Amino acid sequence: MSNRIVAPSPHLHGDFSTPRIMRDVVIALVPAFAFSVFVYGWSAVFVTGIAILSCMLFEWLISRFLLRQAGCTLCDWSAVVTGTLLAFNLPATISPWLVVLGALVAIGIGKMSFGGLGRNPFNPALVGRVFLLISFPVQMTAFPDTPGVDAITGATPLAFVKGALKAGQPVADLLSANNVDLNEMLGGMLLGFKDGSLGEIGAAALLLGGIYLLIRRVISWRIPVFVLGTMLVFASILWLVDPTKYINPLFHVFAGGAMLGAIFMATDYVTSPMSKSGQAVFAIGIGLITMLIRVWGAYPEGISFAILIMNATVPLINMYMKPSRFGGRNPKKK
Amino acid sequence: MLKTFRLGGVHPHDHKISRNESIRVFDVPATVTIPLGQHIGAPATAAVQKGDKVRVGDVIGTATGFVSANIHSSVSGTVTAVEAALDGANLRKPAITITVEGDEWNPEIDRTDTLIKECALEPKEIIDRIAAAGIVGLGGATFPTQVKLSVPQGKVAEILIINGVECEPYLTADYRLMMERGEELLVGCEILMRALGVEECAIGIENNKPEAIKHLNDILAGGMYHKGIRVVPLKMRYPQGGEKQLIAAITKREVPSGALPIDVGAVVQNVGTTYAVYQAVQKRRPIVDRVVTVTGKSLARPSNLLVRIGTPIASLIEACGGMPEDTGKVINGGPMMGRAMANIDAPVTKGTSGVLLMPADESLRGREMPCIQCAKCVEACPMGLEPYLISKLSRLRLYDRLERERTADCIECGCCAFTCPSNLPLLDYIRLGKAETMKIIRARQAK
Amino acid sequence: MNETLIYTIAILVGLGLVAAVVLYFVAQKFKVYEDPRIDETEAMLPGANCGGCGFPGCRGMAEALVKNDDISALYCPVGGASTMQAIAEFLGKAVAEKEPMVAVVRCGGTRCNRARINTFDGAGSCAVEASLYGGETGCTFGCLGNGDCTRVCNFDAIRMNPETGLPEVDEERCTACGACVKACPKQIIELRKKGLKGRRVYVNCVNKDKGAITRKACTAGCIGCGKCVKTCPFEAITLENNLAYIDPAKCRLCRKCVAVCPTGAIVAVNFPTPVPTPAAQQESTVAAATQETKIATEGGEQHA
Repeated sequence: MSNRIVAPSPHLHGDFSTPRIMRDVVIALVPAFAFSVFVYGWSAVFVTGIAILSCMLFEWLISRFLLRQAGCTLCDWSAVVTGTLLAFNLPATISPWLVVLGALVAIGIGKMSFGGLGRNPFNPALVGRVFLLISFPVQMTAFPDTPGVDAITGATPLAFVKGALKAGQPVADLLSANNVDLNEMLGGMLLGFKDGSLGEIGAAALLLGGIYLLIRRVISWRIPVFVLGTMLVFASILWLVDPTKYINPLFHVFAGGAMLGAIFMATDYVTSPMSKSGQAVFAIGIGLITMLIRVWGAYPEGISFAILIMNATVPLINMYMKPSRFGGRNPKKK
Repeated sequence: MLKTFRLGGVHPHDHKISRNESIRVFDVPATVTIPLGQHIGAPATAAVQKGDKVRVGDVIGTATGFVSANIHSSVSGTVTAVEAALDGANLRKPAITITVEGDEWNPEIDRTDTLIKECALEPKEIIDRIAAAGIVGLGGATFPTQVKLSVPQGKVAEILIINGVECEPYLTADYRLMMERGEELLVGCEILMRALGVEECAIGIENNKPEAIKHLNDILAGGMYHKGIRVVPLKMRYPQGGEKQLIAAITKREVPSGALPIDVGAVVQNVGTTYAVYQAVQKRRPIVDRVVTVTGKSLARPSNLLVRIGTPIASLIEACGGMPEDTGKVINGGPMMGRAMANIDAPVTKGTSGVLLMPADESLRGREMPCIQCAKCVEACPMGLEPYLISKLSRLRLYDRLERERTADCIECGCCAFTCPSNLPLLDYIRLGKAETMKIIRARQAK
Repeated sequence: MNETLIYTIAILVGLGLVAAVVLYFVAQKFKVYEDPRIDETEAMLPGANCGGCGFPGCRGMAEALVKNDDISALYCPVGGASTMQAIAEFLGKAVAEKEPMVAVVRCGGTRCNRARINTFDGAGSCAVEASLYGGETGCTFGCLGNGDCTRVCNFDAIRMNPETGLPEVDEERCTACGACVKACPKQIIELRKKGLKGRRVYVNCVNKDKGAITRKACTAGCIGCGKCVKTCPFEAITLENNLAYIDPAKCRLCRKCVAVCPTGAIVAVNFPTPVPTPAAQQESTVAAATQETKIATEGGEQHA
């Protein structure tokens, strides 16, 4: 008798696989990477390379020698994604040792200490980034000048606006004092001509990557749209209340890590809720907290913190925000 | 906009290789093994003994209780054994083995092909004939049809839905029936409408079968049939052939958790069942054969065969060009919900809608990886459940938490496991948890 | 600067005080009286929370022991007689004496005794495989080998032997909690009397098929021939559904049945001397039995 295979149904499998999804994320990050190489040159390649290699190395060392897992966890590509995202959140001129340290925290504490892929409550790349930001605030906010951005030097647009807010200086005065045309500035920011972390500058390139992920059905539109939408609505309300004190809402969407966070970090599968309604709540929370930190908090940028805070609420959201069940919707019987 | 159901679903490639093969009558085999439990519910009680002579259509097993069905001899000959025989799962189940001698039919059965359209029987008589003929849901669920047609007191049937969806990839048995026995099918619809007392009948067909939609619409355009019958083209999406999904797609009504289709005024019958109803009521012909799709990518001659119940499945494969070298899995039914067979000498039963031969390289599952909480299973679940959670809870044997997660609603369609990027055996564990949940529910009801 | 510091400290202290007062009153209001003996009894139990007593954990058992007047029906298989005795003395109640038990895997279908006829490719769980079909071999009663029993064991007392594909019980560690018995979908594992010095005689098979079918599927199966029933001087063996069963209450460990069993389905473990039999063909079994003086390997021995 031939050796027949017997298994419970279904006997077919779709074309999704974890490595494919992770690879798609990496591919989607390529345009933004290309843009930062264009802007920062070899230093962008250098930082990203170190981040990816050290993430992979730590993942391998920990899974092999600490967790003693059999098989290779590197081939699921998740360490590559974490490394790339970590690098994207760092200034292009950062010391390589800090990159390695960030990778160790991201992989070691952010991911492997919880048991590896799929079990981490917080986005590993953001854990690494926030660790570095709190421990080395000077190095982490020393952004190199982006060519073509002369108007406001030495600070990201967000930090610049933040300074004005703190000083109680109306934004309109600030802009005119520095001879900045707002529309021109927004256009430049969309393309990516602004100071900031290595990967967050090219808003348009990130958007392109996001569209690729949507087409490949790796992410759904829900989280990015709700995050950016909430930010836009929140900023619009402030702007309508006092247009001289608060800046144009579009500024908030293009500035800082909003795009990178909304498209690539908040949508991280492991640390986002399971149901559609839960994802909406999660995304709105991120948008709100980001804006709160940006406008009233101590830091100029808040999306990393916002995502980490909302990550912590995911188990709760999963418990209470259940998917729409079949049988719930019934038009009135005739 | 074509109609479809609201939640979840997946899009497997349909691979309807045998779609253009007309139904071939398969030869009567030398012996048949007819299991007594070919339906959901209690197995039938054997009504013959070793040595008895039977004709085609004679009752050899009588229904045991309300949810059960009669079993008829599919051949004429001598009963050689009334004992347990191996089924496809290699388990011994009660069955009747008959050695074939000639082909003598029970004289009550009308074997001609003439179309009999008129039916003046009372609903009660129709249901009695259906019960006598041992008709069960031929789509694969094998639920006794007379039970479905007996509308409980206080409930009203409003619409009859004919399931011509055949959303399982590869299978084409229902499609061929619609193409070749369209008239009989529509008479069957009329009979069922009469039995239920409804004035509306919707035949749901997915848009990957445009010829079937056109064919039935052409017949209906002749104006010879009940004006309430209409063909509803549906957007292709698995599991649209699921009873609850089909009702939702056609009527926009969702059967509530724990309720039956009749609670939203719908009764669903499969195309094959409807054809069998025509045969039983108009020709007094019980279920002695059925259309089986024998298919597979490497099979020499994928076919649709009209096979006597009890024929060994191995002989069907022989008749279609023999078992290909590379076969890894033999599946009784479609690839999404069918059962892989450990024993291919098992007989064709009323629920055998197809035999699928899967090449070895497609048969083995991918390597399991950790769950990355991607929520693809939640997105794909047509019942709006959380497969990752239910699966995990059953794997950890936390059965008491399953009922709250509505595990009993699971229709075992397999969308979750199909879509899982980590190749997790989600449905394997969910099925286990569902069985445990049903036990808990039944134990509570028994109190 | 100093002002800020003072304010901060004052606010924090104030908050702490308010919270403390609130918590105090809440704790008073919702206080539940509990018999202090429950805590002490729980401390005396092994604390394995294995569920072998029928309660979800040791706490439940402790509550039942304290609250019920008659505790003769309660037994902690892990702690055994000594624990029960100590608890009974502490609570001033009487406990029933129970003989120590051990889990016994009743399947001899090792990889070489039972030929595989197909490959199972589903989730690695016996429960899943059992709900799908009869299993990878021709024997639909035997061990499926996915190790559900090993996963539920809290004491690491049952492990799969990769060579035989069968689970093996470590008698030293087994507490007879019964978790594996419940987990096995084929009801192969049975709790049997541990016996004097661990000596036991039992039928190492649960196949209820007719002899011919069993023989075809497995070389070590019980074929229901009934020779053991006839041989047994104590009427300890019954034959039902083509399967022999030795009643541990009646068996006197004479091992006459072991000698007559044609397939070696009856096994004796932990005996220091070989099976008393004149038959020469039993030599292999004899050799195996002598080796098995210390550790019982229920699975593979009649094949050895």
